[in-house]
Amino acid sequence: MHDKTITELSRSLQSGDFSSVELTTHLLDRVESLGPQLNAFVTVTGELALEQAAKADQRRAAGDAGPLNGIPIVHKDLFCTDGVLTSCASRILDNFISPYDATVVGKLKQAGTVMLGKTNMDEFAMGSSNENSCFGPVKNPWDDTRVPGGSSGGSAAAVAARLLPGATGTDTGGSIRQPAALTGITGLKPTYGRVSRYGMVAFASSLDQAGTLTRSAEDAAMMLGAMAGFDPRDSTSAEKDVPDYRATLDDSLDGLRIGVPTEFFDDGLMPANKTAVEAAIRELEKLGAKISQIHLPNLGLSVPTYYVVAPAECSSNLSRFDGVRFGHRAEKYADLTDMYKKTRGQGFGAEVKRRIMIGTYVLSTGYYDAYYLKAQKVRQLIAADYAAAFKSVDLIAGPTTPTPAFELGAKTDDPITMYLNDIYTIGANLAGLPGMSVPCGFVDGLPVGLQIVGSHFSEARLLNVAHRYQQVTDWHTRAPEMAAGGTART
Amino acid sequence: MSLSRNEMHNIAHLARLEFAEEEVAALVDDLSRIIDFVEQLSQANTDDVLPMAHPLEMVQRLRADEVTETDQHRKFQQNAASVEEDLYLVPKVLE
Repeated sequence: MHDKTITELSRSLQSGDFSSVELTTHLLDRVESLGPQLNAFVTVTGELALEQAAKADQRRAAGDAGPLNGIPIVHKDLFCTDGVLTSCASRILDNFISPYDATVVGKLKQAGTVMLGKTNMDEFAMGSSNENSCFGPVKNPWDDTRVPGGSSGGSAAAVAARLLPGATGTDTGGSIRQPAALTGITGLKPTYGRVSRYGMVAFASSLDQAGTLTRSAEDAAMMLGAMAGFDPRDSTSAEKDVPDYRATLDDSLDGLRIGVPTEFFDDGLMPANKTAVEAAIRELEKLGAKISQIHLPNLGLSVPTYYVVAPAECSSNLSRFDGVRFGHRAEKYADLTDMYKKTRGQGFGAEVKRRIMIGTYVLSTGYYDAYYLKAQKVRQLIAADYAAAFKSVDLIAGPTTPTPAFELGAKTDDPITMYLNDIYTIGANLAGLPGMSVPCGFVDGLPVGLQIVGSHFSEARLLNVAHRYQQVTDWHTRAPEMAAGGTART
Repeated sequence: MSLSRNEMHNIAHLARLEFAEEEVAALVDDLSRIIDFVEQLSQANTDDVLPMAHPLEMVQRLRADEVTETDQHRKFQQNAASVEEDLYLVPKVLE
């Protein structure tokens, strides 16, 4: 059962091969036996899952079952889940029982999914390796000495290891696409505003977007269909209808114009990754796409732009963690200010504190124009590069990451080296564009991802391209050895 | 550019963050490197470029001035460190 995709499970549940309770029980067993090796979970909600599965089976018996009814999933631990710990992998929230559901969680519940738990992540979604978690790092199921990517590392590892067929994640600078690439699964970051941010603990509000981690584009289409849509509770939610993403999956790619930015194939890209990505692009060409070289001249500035904009927004968003209304409060303090400082000093991890400090600095008097305003202007230039590109091409293709999964601890000493992992993914966040990572090969036994980025609200096209690619390739069906129940390669 | 310890302490105060003395040296070093790294933005020509605060062209929506939320303060206050008579307690601010 655990090898099946959401699409396959949906069919099996419908035809009565097994019930949601049977499926949920099987996956819970796997989560319990294999989950700890990966450290992919913060919370396993076994009892709740079995209750939800039983209800799903009752709905099916009553003839009231949608395509996602009874499908087990997990949520990244920054989506608020009513009555369940929502920690953001931070000590400051390690006692926070959310009093409500995020819109994404509510919608997926409404669609009949069964929640098996909450996944580990980089603290407050700040990181690219899942090493910044107060619960310890997540391991890559392909090699447990390596990182799974981040920040949605727990979701990615759980889906790659066949513990769950699908998971939610969030992507502020690559946090869905990068871990999807490093664990060999399909990651989708929708257009900014496509999916509600209500109940997602905020990191950088002009960049954050919720999306999916699944084992196929078809599954991503199914999940996105249930998650997307206007939400009056999110002031930046797009008032746009949600198309039937599954209806256009098989559309022809004849004449599709794909631009390949030369800037994505720089010296930082490992040659073996380059080879795999180029082969994938040739595959798209065989499917009818017309490939051309394009330029995104300001892309090289996307990482420094991001590391001004995102910390600035984070320093403002994270000011709410003050030990008063929720979360950790220091035990001993002299006065109110001292309580704030001690609470926050103890509650936040090193990377979160670095970003709050940088954000506070770039927003402070005397530095605002030189850093924050300047970064906002460069962000405009980067967005304009993409807009210009989309006048001549329908979508952009390139690598998701410069290298395959790196070793645990390899980049923890230098924040800049870590930041550069997201060099190919950050541009889409700055411009608010949808992007996907699709498995496209292996380097030394480690998965490599092809990234495709489209214009605003072109998710249907991206899913269509990814699906057609997955019809003629089988990279996305490859499972790590540990998924068979054995242990990961060491 | 390198950040002085003094500047670091000033920013930490603004951010309401306390650091242990043994964290300070590494932090000053990390922050200085990050600031150096983002410094490259100054090379970009941004004359006549409008700052971009948000990725989509949007206007702020307004809603009808109606009560739509129910009072759930007891539920919300279950997460608070200290509550008395429905109020959040903080250390004394006024003498």
